[in-house]
Amino acid sequence: MLVESSKGIVGIHNVSKCYGKEHVLKKIDLDIMKGEIFGLLGPSGAGKTTLVKQLVGLDLPSAGDIFIFKEEIPSLKLIERIGYMAQSDALYTELTAKENLEFFAALYGLKGSKKKERMKEVMDIVQLTDHLKKLVSNYSGGMKRRLSLAIALLHDPELLILDEPTVGIDPVLRKSIWSAFYTLKEKGTTIIVTTHVMDEAEKCDRLGMIRTGELIAVGTPEQLKQVTKSSSIEEAFLVYGGA
Amino acid sequence: MRVFALVIRILRQLIRDKRTMALLIFAPILVLTMLHLVFNGDDYVPTIGIVDIPDPILEKLDLKDVDIKTYSDTDAATNDLASQKLDGYLFFENNAPDIVLEGSDPSINAATMMSLQEALQPLQGNVMSVEPSTEYLHGSGDMGQFDYFGPVLLGFFVFFFVFLIAGVSFLRERTTGTLERLLSSPLRRWEIVLGYVLSFGIFTTIQATIIASYVIYVLGMLMEGSFINVLIITLLLSLTALTLGILLSSFANNELQMMQFIPLVIVPQIFFSGLFNLDTISDWLSWIGPLTPLYYAADALRNVMVRGYGFNDIYTELLILAGFPLLFMTLNILALKKYRKI
Repeated sequence: MLVESSKGIVGIHNVSKCYGKEHVLKKIDLDIMKGEIFGLLGPSGAGKTTLVKQLVGLDLPSAGDIFIFKEEIPSLKLIERIGYMAQSDALYTELTAKENLEFFAALYGLKGSKKKERMKEVMDIVQLTDHLKKLVSNYSGGMKRRLSLAIALLHDPELLILDEPTVGIDPVLRKSIWSAFYTLKEKGTTIIVTTHVMDEAEKCDRLGMIRTGELIAVGTPEQLKQVTKSSSIEEAFLVYGGA
Repeated sequence: MRVFALVIRILRQLIRDKRTMALLIFAPILVLTMLHLVFNGDDYVPTIGIVDIPDPILEKLDLKDVDIKTYSDTDAATNDLASQKLDGYLFFENNAPDIVLEGSDPSINAATMMSLQEALQPLQGNVMSVEPSTEYLHGSGDMGQFDYFGPVLLGFFVFFFVFLIAGVSFLRERTTGTLERLLSSPLRRWEIVLGYVLSFGIFTTIQATIIASYVIYVLGMLMEGSFINVLIITLLLSLTALTLGILLSSFANNELQMMQFIPLVIVPQIFFSGLFNLDTISDWLSWIGPLTPLYYAADALRNVMVRGYGFNDIYTELLILAGFPLLFMTLNILALKKYRKI
């Protein structure tokens, strides 16, 4: 399934997860390379979030193992090298955006001029610099999403794990956020994105299609379309899904 | 440093939330003021009917501190008694005094009986009884009921409000997903618990100082011991409330379910904290008292405020009170394992 396993920085081997009798993930095998944007594509309830949470250490596989930077999860050392954006906006709405950023910056040990610099950089990326002093409770849904993304980028992690990062963000801004992803990729950052939007999936370097807990296909968007002789990712997904 | 960031964040959130701040400080002050007014009000003056009593006897009666109404026959008096215009009436039958009471409120019964007994005393012949002189080991003759209940209530309200606010704020941390976000950061589990304890510790120290100063210096509650000891006791009690609130919040899915702990966890503590006489509680229930934190705090507060005891006399209670938050903190750190194994 893979080409250059030596370059893989995330190794998911034979991972299964069950809650009681329900099997949420079934024997997932996947390697993710350094510096790529890897998309996990699948409908809601497919198991994307469960898989992503395991990478961050918030959940453990029932079977199989996961290695990140050649270290087995869960590990507190790894956490500092990973930036995570959850599906729900985990923000303190009573505080301003600036106070939220300051808090998370302190958790990752950022301080002084470095902290200020990073706060400015990430807020520029998500174009919220003008709203820095606003209370988060006054933010719109899309703005909260962008602030969550800014917080995930704050400590300049080597691996970014983003759970549906562009939900509720308008197309113009979505485009600029994706161009920020490409800039990060050029700097060597690896990005894992989950999405259920097919056109967004086209922008990823490689895609993993997940359906009912099974990884049904992995490859570049072009490969997946060619092999299934389809014109769009959506069609390809339907072919792999057995429709 | 990370704990410090957490402390600043929680304090910022508390200060932003003006209503909650007001609840934590002014609600106990309001309730304690009302209780002070209820318990330390003027003595009740009973209204007593006098039915057809010959003037020579009437002159002899000692009728101070009562309102008097005179009646010519018992029927009129009974009518007024029934319509609650009278608390009781006195008449003479066969030269012996007879008392009829309205009878539905025990405390009014007692007050009426006492007034009537005093009134009738001059009739009881010339036996001058020697009134014993009374001395008090603790307190004094003019100590009101509020002085005795007060220390327990002070502890109770601090416990109640801190339990609720801390429980709900940790619950929100969990339900809004920020707890998960914290656990995906390098923050350690013990740092989260310690951050909560420190920030609420700072806040409740201020809260306890304001409330205790108010009841002691404004309401004039009896205060024989040292103020610092009162603060130490309330601080330990509020840390117990905080850590217990956080612990129980993991068994609640929303704010309403957090409220459901009040009748289970908070209310029973009132009964065993010494607000009522513990010696008369039936044996099969009396074991509960020593399990509740308020039991020790109320005892220690009363020892300091009413009996004027010093630190050496209350340190056993303080040790037990320090044990509760330590136990709950440990359990909290373990409970967080549910969200992150390391």
